[in-house]
Amino acid sequence: MRPRSIIEKIWDAHLVAELGDGQALLHVDRVFLHELTGPQALAALAAAGRAVAQPALVFGVIDHIVATGPGLSGSAREQAGAAFIRSFRDLARRAGVRLFDLDDPRQGIVHVVAPEQGIALPGCTLVCPDSHTCTVGGIGALAWGIGSTECEHAVATQTLARRRPGTMRVEFRGRPAAGVTAKDMILALIGRYGAAGGASRAIEFCGEAVAGLGVEARLTLCNMAVEFGAWTGLVAPDDTTIEWLAGRPFAPRAAHWEAAVAHWRALATDDGARWDAQLDLDCAALAPQVTWGTSPAHVVGIDGVVPDPAAAPDATARAGIERALAYMDLRPAQPLAGLPIEAAFIGSCANSRLPDLRAAAALLRGRRVAPGVKALVVPGSTALKRAAEAEGLHRVFAAAGFEWRESGCSLCFHSGGDSFGAARRVITSTNRNFEGRQGPGVRSHLASPLTVAASAVAGRIADPRALAPR
Amino acid sequence: MERFVRLQALAAPLLRPNVDTDVIIPAREITSPTRAGYGEKLFSSWRYLTPDRRPNPDFVLNRPPFERAQILLAGDNFGCGSSREMAVWALRQFGFRCVIAPSFGAIFQANCHRNGVLPVVLPAAVVEALGAEAGAGTLELDVDLEACTVGASGGRVFGFEIGATERAMLLAGLDEIGLTLARRDAIAAFQARDRDARPWIWSL
Repeated sequence: MRPRSIIEKIWDAHLVAELGDGQALLHVDRVFLHELTGPQALAALAAAGRAVAQPALVFGVIDHIVATGPGLSGSAREQAGAAFIRSFRDLARRAGVRLFDLDDPRQGIVHVVAPEQGIALPGCTLVCPDSHTCTVGGIGALAWGIGSTECEHAVATQTLARRRPGTMRVEFRGRPAAGVTAKDMILALIGRYGAAGGASRAIEFCGEAVAGLGVEARLTLCNMAVEFGAWTGLVAPDDTTIEWLAGRPFAPRAAHWEAAVAHWRALATDDGARWDAQLDLDCAALAPQVTWGTSPAHVVGIDGVVPDPAAAPDATARAGIERALAYMDLRPAQPLAGLPIEAAFIGSCANSRLPDLRAAAALLRGRRVAPGVKALVVPGSTALKRAAEAEGLHRVFAAAGFEWRESGCSLCFHSGGDSFGAARRVITSTNRNFEGRQGPGVRSHLASPLTVAASAVAGRIADPRALAPR
Repeated sequence: MERFVRLQALAAPLLRPNVDTDVIIPAREITSPTRAGYGEKLFSSWRYLTPDRRPNPDFVLNRPPFERAQILLAGDNFGCGSSREMAVWALRQFGFRCVIAPSFGAIFQANCHRNGVLPVVLPAAVVEALGAEAGAGTLELDVDLEACTVGASGGRVFGFEIGATERAMLLAGLDEIGLTLARRDAIAAFQARDRDARPWIWSL
């Protein structure tokens, strides 16, 4: 058999039928829904008189609109949001799909919960009407975001029709220095090759720097494959993955574990496999990254400066940079480090997992958020929030002046209601710095949780490498 | 689904790169778990002034005659970001049937195909030239999905490519779910084999 990449292997193992024109009908092993985009899919399905084909393979969570204030009371972040929660509950119950509701300890951000519960597995296909579904590639799944209409197709048939994707291998060479994280690696990649650099391809992330990452960091890396313009991204499963999955609630039980592991190990890309494109990035000299503009590609090292639009390659790019600088209230050649911030946010499907919280807490221990800075930390799931509390991390955050919230998507995006208040410039561990994403007029600087913590303490964008962990 | 065969209509220019779905329809405007009511919310952060939601006279779609435009000339990577299908519903409910850009966010593009909105990819130079022309408010384009062409005044014709499946789906307004359900035997056969090959996928 000719050598194949991990992407081709997963694709071939899910092929139900070739449809011609390069399209294939692919089996979907797992469907996740959330309350913002799930109700439309289930409602349309019911209106068409159709049923969910395989309810046991479909899961729902409430994460997007729920208020993350104390107690997950079930209220929404804004008044209209309650209708989404009610509608989703009702539709999920009638469709017979499992819902991790607000009182369920398995509740959390959909892309945090899927691997944490062992529902997303290496080599499986997983879809969700949410663009950051690619996050789950960190476990070695082929996972991608879809719209509500495609989601209706997925639950009605447990398949999706798709054109075979182009493939790309991205090698992260070298070992990143202390204080440089998976978030910095993926931001640097997007900065170097552009927000459409992934060219709608399926990417395997590999290399020494990836092999050295824990599973949570690999989830962070894959989270922003969509910001890179890729169809999706994944990391091949290895010993790290297999150890991490063992014993998780929905992971294969004893009778199937050995067979599953053998299957996962065989997914590794064969020597000589063909790729449509190959890129690389040296991580050894990488600095922590911070965005300056309104696209994740608008990024520089923390020791860098805001670019000059005059140096842009063409008129459209120049206009784009000028517009971003106007929105961000920045000038060409201005240094990023030292820029005063008014709020700091740690959370989202990009960076809200236990190692993120531990690393940020280690910088915050015995330190205080600068006066006037509103600081929030929102754990990615109820389960990991409890685990963090068992370690006392919530006390470290609280003592430092961070608000410790319940799990959910929270201020990764503004949906009305909950907001950063009067704060305009925000340093954030999220994945999107689009105009208005975190609130009307809010200027978002994307960075790692370490950089967010260091900046919260300084009251200015600050290099976490200058602060010793405690 | 609504069919798309041919459209002769006014084009509006919005040539900024990386216009994301948060801008097309901000999350705070998604206030009902239904598919209706999004047309007036399209591009709301740009289209309306705060705090009283007066139309922003500087925004292109607020300037006559663009309120009746059915074709949008857009920049690179249009519709990137969030998968929210409300972005396409908002464009369609405003009146757009076709978006022409050098490239699209992949999920947005797939969502267009499923809502009777035609995403057309043309070279950046062509889109920029047409966009500059469209500013005058008189650019009528003839988008023909059967011929896969965009026609403009002076006999100009620009060919475009689209997948045969997507083209057929739009031309006929097909129900994709119905088509797939007709293959339920093949799906059942796959699943029977897969239960043996990967039992852990099924033992949830």
